[in-house]
Amino acid sequence: MEISLTVNGEPVSAAVSPRTHLADFLREELGLTGTHVGCEQGVCGACTVRLDGAIVRGCLVLAVQAEGAEVWTVEGLSDSGEIADLQAAFEARNALQCGYCTPGMLIAADDLLRRESAPSREDIREHLSGNYCRCTGYQAIVDAVETAAKARRGTSA
Amino acid sequence: MKAPAFDYVRAKSLPEALGLLRRHGDEAKVIAGGQSLVPALNLRLLAPRLLVDIGALPELKGVSAADGRLRIGALTRHAELMDSPDIAAQAPLIAQGIRHVAHPAVRNRGTLGGSLANADPATELPACMLALRAEMIVAGSDGERRIEAQEFFTGLYETALAPDEILVAVEVPAIRPDERCAFLELARRLGDYALVGLAAQGTVRDGALSDLRLAYFGVGAKPTLAAAAAARLAGPVTEAALAEAQGALAQDLDPQDDIQASAATRLHLAGVLLRRAVHELVPEAFPDAAERKSA
Repeated sequence: MEISLTVNGEPVSAAVSPRTHLADFLREELGLTGTHVGCEQGVCGACTVRLDGAIVRGCLVLAVQAEGAEVWTVEGLSDSGEIADLQAAFEARNALQCGYCTPGMLIAADDLLRRESAPSREDIREHLSGNYCRCTGYQAIVDAVETAAKARRGTSA
Repeated sequence: MKAPAFDYVRAKSLPEALGLLRRHGDEAKVIAGGQSLVPALNLRLLAPRLLVDIGALPELKGVSAADGRLRIGALTRHAELMDSPDIAAQAPLIAQGIRHVAHPAVRNRGTLGGSLANADPATELPACMLALRAEMIVAGSDGERRIEAQEFFTGLYETALAPDEILVAVEVPAIRPDERCAFLELARRLGDYALVGLAAQGTVRDGALSDLRLAYFGVGAKPTLAAAAAARLAGPVTEAALAEAQGALAQDLDPQDDIQASAATRLHLAGVLLRRAVHELVPEAFPDAAERKSA
């Protein structure tokens, strides 16, 4: 089935099988392997991407359902510089060990900071509750998001 | 795992979608947000021949209020339910309950109609529909019909929907000034399925309860109105009435043992939630508790 959508600001057209989910499409058809595939049942959050401005599970959206949509992955958000501050904070705070959950964490954290400029640690935990880190690095991840939120408030004030 | 192969049609109209369902019967499944269906496909619990995507049908969208009733389109996403001022003002039970559904990325896709048609016994929205006395508006090839929430949920993942029918909207009465609601849930982790949950709404006048609906979920094959417990609570709220109502839950609910909790634990927790809900609905009946809290 033919689909056309925008990925990281660029128009894309491709033929996909209806059973292919968006995360596999991004990885295998477009080579955007920053979107990770973990559980493929919507639990782990490693495949989190931005679809029409809202974060979604890449494994729970069929590629054919993304017809006409605007998709942003960790590659696009890195290249645009939008999440550079979060990435720097994750690095500074050692908020990753194996890195498997990191793209999903960054996109979910950025989604929170786009809507709330001063989230509490509880807000951060709640917003990231659908993103698993199996290296158990949550403390450092929450620290990094908190640091980035403070810095964004500082620069916009 | 990867989903098995299937065909896919993005329906352009409701009649087209209904026609496809009529033609393909059990071999077709409706997809909207896909937040329950796609995991089931990926786990190969389901293997439909055809998915009929209703996600673009305008007649299934939107929230509107008129004549003391709120109509909520089946395609309304959980995130929209959470942010809607109409829902917050007129059906606050839904606004409270939706916070317990999964996580932000799932709430951005999942739809009200999908959640209700899927009828997972451990989810929040079906119980809200029972407590609110919602009417389900269903389209079939012979036109539209309305189904009371109480008749809609028939069993484990089972509803009164025929295979060639589509849930298009729900209608709920707007909350009246003398009504209050409470939504409580116990889960192991934030966003997990409930061990036990309770969606409650009723009339409160001068410390007395009437017309109380206690919709439990996670404690049986389908969301269940605890009628015997509610009957014990009709009238002035007292500790004795509350204790009697907790005892009556054993008549109302039939929880099962599973990996999460035993049936006895679930029944006990249902009683705990009942106590908390009644305290939340009628705090004026428990002045001592308020004092303890503020002390």
